[in-house]
Amino acid sequence: MLTTPLNDEHVALGAAFTDFGGWNMPVRYGSDLDEHHAVRNSAGLFDISHMGELRITGPEATKFLDRMLVSNIGALRIGQAKYTMICSLDGSIIDDLIVYRMADEEYLVVANASNRHAVIVAMQDMGDYGFKFDLEDQTEDWGLIAIQGPKSEAILQKLTETELKSLKYYSIAHAVVDGVEVLLARTGYTGEDGFEIFVPYEQTVRIWRALLEVGGSDLKPCGLAARDTLRLEAGMPLYGHELSRDITPFEAGLGRVVAFDKGDFFARTSLFKAGNRDLAVKLYGIKGEGKRAARADYEIYLEGGEQPIGKVTSGALSPTLGYPVAMAFLDGSLDLPVGTKLEADVRGNRVPYEIVKLPFYKREIKNG
Amino acid sequence: MANPENLQYTKEHEWVLIEGDTATVGITKYAADALGEIVYVDLPKAGSNTSYMKICGEIESTKSVGELYAPMDGEVVEANDALSSSPETINEDPFGAGWLIKIRYTQLPDLLTAEQYNALTGE
Repeated sequence: MLTTPLNDEHVALGAAFTDFGGWNMPVRYGSDLDEHHAVRNSAGLFDISHMGELRITGPEATKFLDRMLVSNIGALRIGQAKYTMICSLDGSIIDDLIVYRMADEEYLVVANASNRHAVIVAMQDMGDYGFKFDLEDQTEDWGLIAIQGPKSEAILQKLTETELKSLKYYSIAHAVVDGVEVLLARTGYTGEDGFEIFVPYEQTVRIWRALLEVGGSDLKPCGLAARDTLRLEAGMPLYGHELSRDITPFEAGLGRVVAFDKGDFFARTSLFKAGNRDLAVKLYGIKGEGKRAARADYEIYLEGGEQPIGKVTSGALSPTLGYPVAMAFLDGSLDLPVGTKLEADVRGNRVPYEIVKLPFYKREIKNG
Repeated sequence: MANPENLQYTKEHEWVLIEGDTATVGITKYAADALGEIVYVDLPKAGSNTSYMKICGEIESTKSVGELYAPMDGEVVEANDALSSSPETINEDPFGAGWLIKIRYTQLPDLLTAEQYNALTGE
């Protein structure tokens, strides 16, 4: 199994581990609820070094990515980030990605750990069409640390002279943190303000320890369990749950990332059809009562219905809200307004659920 | 935390304390740690019958659901109702205040000693 540069740190902190996409990753250090609340109320520190980093350069890097990905990459300013997807020819999702434009013809593409190789293969196939670009898999050259939560900026500011206030949401900059040259992005997967710090592999332990030291009791190391409940509350999809090779961006409720007006691109024809025909399934947010959560693959019924109308993709008792929340793929031919009464089959018992708007949780924006 | 020597164990990670004709049942620290923070428990009601290794309850954490297997045939005489409002007690004190049910048993199966259970969990 692959290990991140922080593996020994996690062991020393007493983490429980899990295999995630072939990586040995901390699932929690102590209580995953405490870790979740720390991110909502203060700050949390995550090792996400398992994420894939692909560096794309060359005279036609922009042209190539615009062909390969569904969004308008050429429209990005230098230093800007974009959430996007790479789709296969039938319009299904190979992976969801964040693309950072580092220079005119230099990009950093961040892929999911488990899809890194599929993304590389898809890009290399496209490369055979003669685009002039270089693709370098830098996953094992970088450590990636996320600091997330309302106190992230104040904590990180203690270690850098870069004016963090001026680093906007979904942007990236070169910065020096604790004397180390890093890439600093204001992105995340928790629904809170925060940063993702790309650190040269050998310096990752140093930055992790420095952050924990200056963060003190305001900063808690957090595992993948908290990361999952945080992203669920924020209505963010997880590949393998809300996104897959069986699903188009439109079914996942993410049709807005597809830019048809940018000209021709891979999968455009199938995506155009997918975006204009009736959807087979549609992603909904649902909430329950009590404490029993409908989890992935549990079936959903209309209230009193005999046939299931879909399945849960991710579900948990929301630590922030106190009631169960889930995302579910439901029959696309049904138009289910907010408030529609449903039932989830929770291990043989029907429990009440209802359609709600996504996301379940949205942070208050304090200073714009 | 070591598994107490005075308790007996099942391979489904329950502990059993035999006192007279009654057995107190809980889950081990190993099981509680594996589940993560416990947020919901569904226990059998007093008066219901249990059958050896049949599922009689559920223990749910933020990340997963664990099933409670009855460690013996018998009748539930008491369930730990305090857990419904503070299920995290199971994480905090699995061998004490986090007990789950008391069973008046009709038959005692072979249970594991602490030493055998330690071997099972690699401790």
